[in-house]
Amino acid sequence: MRIGVVTFPGSNSDVDSLNAVTIAGVEAVSLWHESPDLHGVSAVILPGGFAYGDYIRAGVIARFSPVMGGVKEFAAAAGLVLGICNGFQVLAEAGLVPGALLRNRSLRFAGRLVDIKPERLDSPFTRSATGAPMRVPVAHGEGCYYADEAMLDELEARGGVLFRYVREDGTPATDPDEPANPNGSLRAIAGVCNAAGNVAGLMPHPERMSEAILGTDGGLGVIRSLIESAAEWEAAGRPHAPGRAVAPAKTKVEAGR
Amino acid sequence: MSDFRYAVNVLPKPGILDPQGRAVEQSLPHLHVTSVSSVRVGRRVELTVSADSEAAALAVVDGLAKELLSNPLIESYELELLEATSSAASK
Repeated sequence: MRIGVVTFPGSNSDVDSLNAVTIAGVEAVSLWHESPDLHGVSAVILPGGFAYGDYIRAGVIARFSPVMGGVKEFAAAAGLVLGICNGFQVLAEAGLVPGALLRNRSLRFAGRLVDIKPERLDSPFTRSATGAPMRVPVAHGEGCYYADEAMLDELEARGGVLFRYVREDGTPATDPDEPANPNGSLRAIAGVCNAAGNVAGLMPHPERMSEAILGTDGGLGVIRSLIESAAEWEAAGRPHAPGRAVAPAKTKVEAGR
Repeated sequence: MSDFRYAVNVLPKPGILDPQGRAVEQSLPHLHVTSVSSVRVGRRVELTVSADSEAAALAVVDGLAKELLSNPLIESYELELLEATSSAASK
């Protein structure tokens, strides 16, 4: 089994992502933005960076690149796609996950460590996480998650929120201006998935916290989750029905540690 | 064929957080300006479309504005025809 990592012109976390997949024990394959061919990979990561210079809006030009044609088809066939940081912005612009990423409320680039907590542990992207807050870096200028109230309610109702920024006590940093919320995201949302549950995006960088030499490998749970889910999907013969690769929401992580 | 020069004016939708607009507004006291409020910062893109008719050119610009130049979830746009010139004469 192999996991693909897309390189757009301006990607800068592609090698980190390839490295994290390798550390997790699976072959990582680099996918070039100019070809829609995904080379038979079992899951796709859209990495962080500044694809196409982030011109117009972060992610929008990348959305029209040839590789995204392949990614869209793969996602429609229930393949697992994880967008990290700029990859999340690309997925949001492509309409593959709901919402939009606005300029950080502070207008400053946020480059520091934050605490995030998985909202549920039965998603393909969090099943190997512990449920405890994980400390991971953010590095973005446009990470303020936005959707209108109705969309946010719908997202929450279907369990579409995967990660939230949390305070030191583990409670969600829902005040958009508090320091634990690095960009002003509504409802402290750091990561979401689509309705079928097979496409997810998050702003922080778990792949940059995936080996002990970096201080902690706390982010590896996300990468491991993706790999395990992709392996199951392959073993089941790539079931096409949306959601079949995905367990429904059963457990909800309690607030607090 | 004619050339149609358009401007696409993109603005954050009402109610959408506009940190750039807010930053501009907060800087106004430094300029001793107290009479200005409700600042919104957007984007203006100018482009030329070659088409058989204004309607055909408009359709192209409108499609681009929707798909690429704005994000309908958070932004609205207005199209402005700046100039129309016949390119047949020059070619």
